[in-house]
Amino acid sequence: MINTFIGNFGHLMTIVAFVSSLVTAYAYYQYFRANELEKASWRKFSRFSFYIHSVSATLIAVSLFEIIYNHRYEYFYAYSHSSKALPVHYMISSFWEGQEGAFILWIFWNVVLGITVINTNKFWEGPVMIVFSLVQAFLVSMILGVVIGDLKIGSSPFILLRDATQAPIFQMNPDFVPEDGTGLNPLLQNIWMVIHPPTLFLGYASTLVPFAFLMGGLMMKRYSEWIRPALPWAIFSAMILGMGIIMGAYWAYVTLNFGGYWNWDPVENAVYVPWLVLVAAIHTMITFKKSATALKTSIVLVIMTFILVLYATFLVRSGVLGDASVHSFTDLGLSGQLLIYMLFFLVVAVFLAARAWKHIPSSEKEASVYSREFWVFIGATTLGLMAFQVILPTSIPVWNTLVESFGGISNMAPPADQIEFYTKFQLWFAVVLALLTAVGQFFWWQKMDKQTLKNTLVTPYIVSVLISAGIIVLAKVYDWKYIIIVLAATFTIVANSVILAKILKKSTFKLAGGSLAHIGLGMALIGIMFSSGYSDVISINMSGLTYSNSWEDELNKEHVLLWINKPTQMKDYTVTYRGRQKKVVGVPEYVPAKLLESTGNVNEAIALEDYKNYFQHGDTLDLVLEENDYFKIDYYQNEKLQFSLNPMSQFNSSMGGLISSPDSKIYLDKDLYTYVAAMNDYEDPDWKEEEIYEAAPGEQFHVADFVTYFDGADVMEEIDGYVLQEGDVAVKAKLRILDYDVEKVLEPTFIIRNNQVGKIPVIDSELGIKITLDNILPMENKFVFKVNQYQKDYVVMKAIVKPYINVLWIGTIIMLTGFTVAIFRRFDEFKKMRDKGLE
Amino acid sequence: MKKGHIIGIGIIAVAIVIIMTSIGDASSYESFSTALEMKQEGDDQPIHVVGQLKKNQAGEVTGLNVRDDKTSFTFVLVDNDGTEQEVFYNEPVPADFTRSESVVVIGQYKTEEIFIADKILMKCPSKYQETDVQAAGM
Repeated sequence: MINTFIGNFGHLMTIVAFVSSLVTAYAYYQYFRANELEKASWRKFSRFSFYIHSVSATLIAVSLFEIIYNHRYEYFYAYSHSSKALPVHYMISSFWEGQEGAFILWIFWNVVLGITVINTNKFWEGPVMIVFSLVQAFLVSMILGVVIGDLKIGSSPFILLRDATQAPIFQMNPDFVPEDGTGLNPLLQNIWMVIHPPTLFLGYASTLVPFAFLMGGLMMKRYSEWIRPALPWAIFSAMILGMGIIMGAYWAYVTLNFGGYWNWDPVENAVYVPWLVLVAAIHTMITFKKSATALKTSIVLVIMTFILVLYATFLVRSGVLGDASVHSFTDLGLSGQLLIYMLFFLVVAVFLAARAWKHIPSSEKEASVYSREFWVFIGATTLGLMAFQVILPTSIPVWNTLVESFGGISNMAPPADQIEFYTKFQLWFAVVLALLTAVGQFFWWQKMDKQTLKNTLVTPYIVSVLISAGIIVLAKVYDWKYIIIVLAATFTIVANSVILAKILKKSTFKLAGGSLAHIGLGMALIGIMFSSGYSDVISINMSGLTYSNSWEDELNKEHVLLWINKPTQMKDYTVTYRGRQKKVVGVPEYVPAKLLESTGNVNEAIALEDYKNYFQHGDTLDLVLEENDYFKIDYYQNEKLQFSLNPMSQFNSSMGGLISSPDSKIYLDKDLYTYVAAMNDYEDPDWKEEEIYEAAPGEQFHVADFVTYFDGADVMEEIDGYVLQEGDVAVKAKLRILDYDVEKVLEPTFIIRNNQVGKIPVIDSELGIKITLDNILPMENKFVFKVNQYQKDYVVMKAIVKPYINVLWIGTIIMLTGFTVAIFRRFDEFKKMRDKGLE
Repeated sequence: MKKGHIIGIGIIAVAIVIIMTSIGDASSYESFSTALEMKQEGDDQPIHVVGQLKKNQAGEVTGLNVRDDKTSFTFVLVDNDGTEQEVFYNEPVPADFTRSESVVVIGQYKTEEIFIADKILMKCPSKYQETDVQAAGM
């Protein structure tokens, strides 16, 4: 029976959240305008209204999760994003697999942030919460799911399956509930996908806070005071957003098989660009606090950050990217709404800023080359140009849409080789940044003139040249471009380490945020350079096959075909594919798939044999996501097994075939990264013509290419899975088949009952053979075997060595630590002022 | 000439370089016939061609030819003008290749007979448009 209550409840909460956000905006506007006598009561009402909104927004999330958690497949969202086989933590991923769920997540974070802002501010609450409530109104409208005539506002996650699809089954039985959902995209079945989206959306959501403070400042004509409360939030936002981006990169590295952590895909770019602008904004804001310049720049950058987040949302969710991106959301028909959302805040922000522009204090004096402001400004400019360089080509699909909407024709496409195109700019910008952070930090902490500059820089410079020389020689960096990168990155690491040491000696750790973040940047740069520039595909096809056409011989084949048990040379390793495995609940290692037989129930199998101490023949076992196959690949060096890797693949018909996740061997100085690019079709083998062999016990013969020993036959008293009756005769033949270093025993059975013959063949899917004991010829003491073949099991694999990738991960962690230190420092400053009653 | 002006001019210069290279390096969507013309004129820029896999009456993909070592394959793509073209891709067959609604190939003609794809983008039937509910457990 369909449960319509929970969906209706969720939908009701959506409407309540929408209405209450508008009420809150109005109430806070009245509070903002009210005189001292009425302020208190308006404030009370506004807060009450916002708390109503908070509760209803939270209940939207609760309702949706309830639908997923209790497998209510009468709902479209649960049906299309989850399934019964999912463990709870992947149900959480299902929650935000769809656009609506991601919006709900965003709405929820804004609620959390809003409550935090209300409770940490005295002075800014009114105007900041007006902006907050308006943003909430727009976001909630995206999941309203109200249809008025042809106008559709929002897409509701609480829609029933029967209303979402045209399936004929619902005409026969409107109360039909599917047995199971279509499942969660296997690529999202990863622990990083449980935590990456919430982090990223918290990052997205938190960009609103500095923007809201700025709008408040412009509304209240306090053109510079907004910086102090906004700064810790801006750094928080950059920290979280940065963490979200890195988690996404790491997820891509361990889950997707495009061979890396960053692909310059439009969706990645859409997040990277606001982050760059936000980091630039933080720098100009800090400069303003120190020396009252760069206020106008800060205002522009903070507005840009927020608008770029909205623009990113538009790109990813409107369907405008179409063919350009491999993983943008599908079009829900919200593009108009998203566009209005973005333009609304753009117009309001530009209007308020323009109105205030001539009143905003700016310093008239020219910044000297020996001033810190100058260097920070150049740095912020570089970040801005980096952002511009990425967002421009990423917007090509938008440009095409725009031209076509005016009736023109535009067939521009994104650059064919995105990685090469973006890298050639971003690399040099990053080098400039590294140099600026090295020099700029010295300017920041002490007064400079020509002489002191020389004296200060000469030591770090010499040290970093020496260290770079070491790196270049030891790691064999002989490309001039990479040599420059090593120099610049080492320089910023050394220079900032000097500063860090000084800070720790003279003052407190609290001031160390900047130097830490810059050290992290330098390390990340070195890690990126090595892992990308020196990544080495070792799975070059050495099969020596020549092709029928000359042009094909020139192409490098970057995958190897591994037949099961057959050792294959791959650069320094000899690799052997050893077969498929499954993950079994309670067993700490992967279990060979051939030992398991599915029972037909979800994630359940019967053990066909004993396996170590974990289970015995006939046990019923629970599998972890039974569609997942883990391919055991053994790596040998000098005949010795070094390690095994288990890249995963899932054959998922509803998602369309093979979905692969890599597995890597992680060393201190490199990763060996492998993934399966193609695999055997295990579903319906295409048996070839049968071959007949006759053999006497003890004889040796060849089945296909396999050396086979016929050891003899036994009369059986009982047979597995088959009830013998009085007078039956059952004979089992024992064949030993050799495949490289593996010996397999296959035992086909032959049963005689009342002059009738039954044959139980054996199938070995790894060798791709089916053997039937077809007849027994007692006169000749011969046994007749019928053999059918299809192809042996195989995988096609790619393997890449990525040197020093750990330097990148460590660098990003240090960078985020630096941000975190800075958040505390800036929040302390704000708190001191607030508690003095000044702000 | 103030320093601010010099910096301003510098920024504008870099921005112009960025815009010019973005336009210069941008690829374009072509049909196979225009792509072939480009090749004949000696233009080896990689371009995008949007098309669909060739299918027979029964709706099965035809012309898919996987090499023996399974690490590359050729297929027949029909572009929006209806031109059929054999395309070579130096990678194993992507997972949901045969189910794709439309395929974008990025590459160029190698000879006049064969188009080499450096990259393939697939647009797959979205789960949001699925209209057949599997009547499981009926």
